[in-house]
Amino acid sequence: MGTLRKKGTLTIVVMAALAILPPILLWSGQAFYLDLATRLVILAIAAVSLNLILGYGGMASFGHAAFIGIGAYAVGIPVYHNTYGEFEIIASYSGLFQIALAVGISALFALITGMICLRTKGVYFIMITMAFAQMVFYLFVSLDIYGGDDGLVIDIRSELPLVNLDSPLQLYLLAYGSLVVAMLIVRTITRSQFGMVLQGAKGNNERVVTLGYNTYAYRLTAYVISGAMAGYAGALLGNFTTFISPEMMGWTRSGELMFMVILGGAATTIGPVLGSLVFIVIEEVFSSFTIYWHLPFGIMLIIIVLYVRGGLVGLITGGKKKRGK
Amino acid sequence: MDTTLLFIQTLNGIQLGLLLFLVASGLTLVFGILDFVNLAHGSLYMIGAFVAASLTFVTGNFLIAMILALPVTAAVGYVIERTIIRSLYERDHLDQVLGTFGLILVIDTLAHLIWGPEGIAVPLPDWLNGQVELFTGVVVPTYRLLIIATGLAVAAGLFWLVNYTRLGMLIRAGASNRTMVSALGIDIQMLFALVFALGAVLAGLAGMLVAPITEAAIGMGGDIIITAFVVIIIGGIGSMKGAFIAALIVGLIDTLGRSFLDDLFKLVMSTEAAESSAPAVSAMLVYILMALVLAFKPSGLFPPKVR
Repeated sequence: MGTLRKKGTLTIVVMAALAILPPILLWSGQAFYLDLATRLVILAIAAVSLNLILGYGGMASFGHAAFIGIGAYAVGIPVYHNTYGEFEIIASYSGLFQIALAVGISALFALITGMICLRTKGVYFIMITMAFAQMVFYLFVSLDIYGGDDGLVIDIRSELPLVNLDSPLQLYLLAYGSLVVAMLIVRTITRSQFGMVLQGAKGNNERVVTLGYNTYAYRLTAYVISGAMAGYAGALLGNFTTFISPEMMGWTRSGELMFMVILGGAATTIGPVLGSLVFIVIEEVFSSFTIYWHLPFGIMLIIIVLYVRGGLVGLITGGKKKRGK
Repeated sequence: MDTTLLFIQTLNGIQLGLLLFLVASGLTLVFGILDFVNLAHGSLYMIGAFVAASLTFVTGNFLIAMILALPVTAAVGYVIERTIIRSLYERDHLDQVLGTFGLILVIDTLAHLIWGPEGIAVPLPDWLNGQVELFTGVVVPTYRLLIIATGLAVAAGLFWLVNYTRLGMLIRAGASNRTMVSALGIDIQMLFALVFALGAVLAGLAGMLVAPITEAAIGMGGDIIITAFVVIIIGGIGSMKGAFIAALIVGLIDTLGRSFLDDLFKLVMSTEAAESSAPAVSAMLVYILMALVLAFKPSGLFPPKVR
C-alpha cells in the first residue's frame, strides 16, 4: 500500500506548508501572499465540501458556488441592516449569529433543492444543480436593496470571540483551522458506515438499495452537510473580500470549484486543497501576464480532462484511477 | 390589466420562447443522439452573433450577413467536433461538462481577442427597423415579427427533417440505438459531426437573430445556455417536441411574469410589498416551474421512450 502512505505524506507536507509559509511570508513583508493564501484556504474549504458529494458520493453538483454566495450574503445582509436599519430580526454584527445563519440557510437550501435534484441522476443532476444556483444568482441580482448586480460592501467584519477578523493573520489562521476541521469531518464521514453506504451507492446504487439502505436519504444528508460547509466557506469569503456580489455564485465559479476537485484528485483527502492551490497559482500567474488568462486556463482544463486521470494526487503518488463510462 | 400590453407581452414571450427553442433544440439533438452534454453550446450562439455582426459591416446588409454566417457557424461547429468534442464522447458526463467548460473559456477569450471587450450593435435595414400596426392601437416592431416567423419556420423545418427525411431517420435511429446504426453500415462518425454542426447552426441562428436587439457581446451565451438547460429539463432531455413546448412555456412565463407579477401580487398584498417582492419572484419563476415539473415527472414532460 505504498500509494496510501504516499498520500498521507503528501497531505501532511501540504498542510504543514500551508500552516507555516503564509505567516513567514507576512513577517518577511510579503502581505500580498498572505492574501493569496487566505483566498486559497477558503476556496479549499468549499472544494473539500464539494469533494464529499462529487468525489465520494458521485453527485456532480454544478451549483456549489450558490452556497458560497448564500454564506457571504448571510454575513453581508445582517451587517447591512444593523448599519442602515430595517429587518431588525436579522440585523447583527455578531459573527456567531452570521455564521449560524450562513450554515443554517445553506443547509436549508441544500435540503429543499437536494430533495428535488436527487430524484434525478447523471446529466439531469448536473443541469438542475446548475439551474438552482442560477436561480439564487438571479434572485440576488433582482434584490436592489442589497445592490443587485453591483454587489454589497460589508462595512464591518463579523465580530467573533477570541478572533479579530480585521487582522489578516488571524483571519488566515481561522480559515486554515476551519479547513483542517472540514477535512477531518469529511475524512471521518467517508470512513464511517455512512460514508461506506455513500461510496457504495456511487459505485452501484441498486446493489446498496438491495442491501436495505435508503440511498436517497444518505445522499440527501451528504448533500446538506456539503452545502452547509460551503455556506460556512462563503461566510469566511465575505469577511475576507468585504465585498460580495452575485458574481461570486455565477456558474463559472461553480465550474472552477469542480475543476479544483477533479484536478486535485476527487475522493482524496488532500486533492481539493491541491486543486485550489493550483487554481490560485494559475489565476495569479496567468492573469499577471495577460488579461486573457482564461485562454491558457481553458486549454489546460481541456488537456487535463483529456489526459490526466485521477488528478494531481494520482500523478504524484502514482496511484491509478480509471474514469470513463 | 391592459389587453394591448398583454398581447404585446405575449408576442414577446413567444419570441423569447422560439429563440430558446433554437438553442435548446440543438442541445437536445446533440444530447439525444451523441449522449453528449455540450456546455459550450452557448458559445456557438455567441459566435453566430459576432460573425453576423462582422459580416453586416462587411456586406452592409444584415440579411445577407445572416445567410453567409450560417455556413460559417456550421463550419465552426464541425471543426470543434472534429478536434475536441469527439474525444469526449466515450467519457462520462462529468468529463464532458468540464471539457466543454474549458472550451467556453477558450472560445469566449478568443472572441474577446478578435472582437474586443465591447458589445457590437448590429444595425437593421430600414424596412425591418420600423413598426407594424397589427390591430388598431397594437403596434409591434417589424423585426420581432420576423424573429417569430423565422423561429416557427425553423421549428417546422426541423420537424420535417427529423420525421420525414433519410437524415432524420438516421438521427432518430441513432438516438434509440447507436450501435445498431453503425452495425448497419452507416458512417456514425459523419452522422455525429453533421448533427453537431446542425446544432451549431441552430444556436448560431438564434444568436444572429438576437444580435440586433441586444448586440453581440461576450458572455451572452452563458445567460441563455442555463435557460436552455431548464427548457430541455422540463421538456425531457432528447425530446424535440418537449423542447418546443417547454421553450414556449418558459418564454411566456418568464416574459409575462416580469411584466404582470406585481399586478397579480397587488391583489393579495400591499402595493409596497408587491413591488418589492415581484421582481425577486419573477426572476425565479422558471426555476420554480422546473422544480415543480421535476417533483412530479423526474425525467421531464416528454421523456424519450428509448435510451
